[in-house]
Amino acid sequence: MSASFGFNAADLIRFLPETILTVMGTLLMVLDPILHRRGSHAFGHLSIAALVAAIGGAVYAYTQAGPAFGGMLMVDGFATFFRVLVLVVGILTILPSYRFLARQDAETSEYHALLIFSIAGQCLMAAANDLIIVFIGLEISSIASYVLAGYFRDDKRSNEAALKYFLLGSFATAFFLYGVALIYGATGSVNLTAARAVISGQGPGGPAPAPVFIGVAAALMFVGLGFKVSAAPFQIWAPDVYQGAPTPVAAFLSAGPKAATFAVFLRIFMTMFEPIGSGWEPLVWFSALLSMTIGNFAALMQTNIKRMLAYSSIAHAGYVLVALTARSQVGTAAAMFYLAAYALMNIGAFAAVSHLSGRGERYQNIEDFSGLGQKQPLTAAMLSIFLLSLIGVPLTGGFFGKFYIFKAALESHLVWLTVLGLLNSAVAAYYYLRMLVMMYMHEPGEAVENAEPLSLGLRAALILPALGTLLLGIFPTWVLEFAGKSAALVK
Amino acid sequence: MPESYTDLYFPVLVQALVAMGLAAGLLTASFLLGKRVRNRVKDIPYESGITPTGDARQRFSVKFYLVAMLFILFDIEAIFLYPWVVVYRELKMFAFVEMLVFAILILSGFFYMWKKGALDWAEPDRSRRKL
Amino acid sequence: MHPITTFHYLALSAALLLIGTVGVLTRRNVVIILMSIELILNAVNINLIAFSHALHNVNGQIFAIFVITDAVAEAAVGLGILIALFRNKETVQADEMDLLKW
Repeated sequence: MSASFGFNAADLIRFLPETILTVMGTLLMVLDPILHRRGSHAFGHLSIAALVAAIGGAVYAYTQAGPAFGGMLMVDGFATFFRVLVLVVGILTILPSYRFLARQDAETSEYHALLIFSIAGQCLMAAANDLIIVFIGLEISSIASYVLAGYFRDDKRSNEAALKYFLLGSFATAFFLYGVALIYGATGSVNLTAARAVISGQGPGGPAPAPVFIGVAAALMFVGLGFKVSAAPFQIWAPDVYQGAPTPVAAFLSAGPKAATFAVFLRIFMTMFEPIGSGWEPLVWFSALLSMTIGNFAALMQTNIKRMLAYSSIAHAGYVLVALTARSQVGTAAAMFYLAAYALMNIGAFAAVSHLSGRGERYQNIEDFSGLGQKQPLTAAMLSIFLLSLIGVPLTGGFFGKFYIFKAALESHLVWLTVLGLLNSAVAAYYYLRMLVMMYMHEPGEAVENAEPLSLGLRAALILPALGTLLLGIFPTWVLEFAGKSAALVK
Repeated sequence: MPESYTDLYFPVLVQALVAMGLAAGLLTASFLLGKRVRNRVKDIPYESGITPTGDARQRFSVKFYLVAMLFILFDIEAIFLYPWVVVYRELKMFAFVEMLVFAILILSGFFYMWKKGALDWAEPDRSRRKL
Repeated sequence: MHPITTFHYLALSAALLLIGTVGVLTRRNVVIILMSIELILNAVNINLIAFSHALHNVNGQIFAIFVITDAVAEAAVGLGILIALFRNKETVQADEMDLLKW
């Protein structure tokens, strides 16, 4: 054990984003009972300021890249990429929340405090290099999101969503932890780097431990993390939770925790379990195929837009798992790129839904979008960009995301998975295009007629991710180069 | 030093057997020797104690759950003090500052709970919304 | 010879994991599901402490403390959510939660 406990400026700098978020989150929490001010935009402004400051902190931490706190944190390009991603997701969650919460008369600082805490946990996950830190980050993120899913506590659907999310989430955590305990027993360490050394037989304890032990641990951790990213066959909770949770929260759940959990997924499976890669590859292969197929085919049959986006998010988790199946640096980079593109387009699509849903979230059906193109051309145009990107049409981030993933899969000789994945994308095009047809080729319905004009926050929440999606689609190399450079997780 | 399971756990086994035997013996004795009386007074929960006032399966106020949850939350934070105490002399100032940060975070949680009225037993507070 | 070895602890912990998993999957009362999850977390703790003892390494014990704290936080949040649901729906049965189809 390293005995280097004490004040260390570099450690504190590398921990800067989490520190900023914790301080601001606590402040927001304490401010609520002092001010007694509900329905104030100030809390939102404060949270956005905190998130922007944390992005600055994350970038500054990257200038001092390296391990922190005795190797428990690893601040590298990979960590910084995901830290910035979840922070941006946080900002894009708060922007549509202004109007959404005001409409439901539910603007409190607690909402923002919980969001900030959840994001702090996700930042921690992004930088974690030790299973204790992974676990703590995962739980900070999850527990805050359970409460957020049930934020409308007088709404039965919100209650139910929170309860389902909570039950399956904590069940998943328990499984993950059991895997961690086995790793600790087999390798004598919970540090990813040290455990990897033992698993690959280069540890101080001599030969590698029994592969059965490690295999069971890997399977348990796969189940736990698979639940959290809603990969099939552990996806059952996602549609219910996304449908019942307040729309901006559903947007957040589909982007933030998912990206952070995939960061943990990639780091654990590409460092610690990398030496036994051929063992877990079939497992991930199967889960990737199942996620894509179940997600896309179930999405075809949905009438509720939030459920449809939930199934689509299951399918997208499948695409990212394809990149993990490739087990290569290119695959990791492709997964990183895809997650960034996916987060932007999905959160944008949800922002459009939260704009249109109306008081009490009445309008959530696909038909409610009919005629949006006539009445609100800007909303419709932005939503079209997100939908086209979700299909994977060229010039959008989604296209390059899929392109790099399937390219990485082919390089690793996963021909069948690539073919089946591409067929799946074709199926997916149908339900996204159905939305486009609804928006542009039908007469305006009740929902669109009653829609209020776009507020400033919503306008930003639609335009910013749309710009990001196009940027990723037109200049993908900027992000891809950084991802490719940081994807070398084993040092 | 005891060498095997049987040696080590023999006393436990004996105790378990004695406990079971005693209970079974007393019940049998009262069954065989006792006089059987059945009337209303005999059947109430406390034969010569307080008269029961109602059903035990009534619904409790949710405040009991709230207080229990808050208690256990703050109670469990104390376990972090145990490992901290062990290394306090070694780490000196660092440990002190760490615990200070920890305590401030806990206290801000406490402050929030207090101000939200989670501890007000009697009148429902106007500002209480969550929890 | 020490009569209780790490293997015994692992067997106990595996049994608890099994009981907890079966409980989560078959029970319909949310409170019992919650208890089953706590059972799995305690199985984890037993594992961690047993390994910590066997390896003469203190990390496992610290980990167990974090697991205990987390279990409490989860239980508090879970019961809070359940009480909110009960106020609106008057049930704690998981199969009666059917507004959103499972």
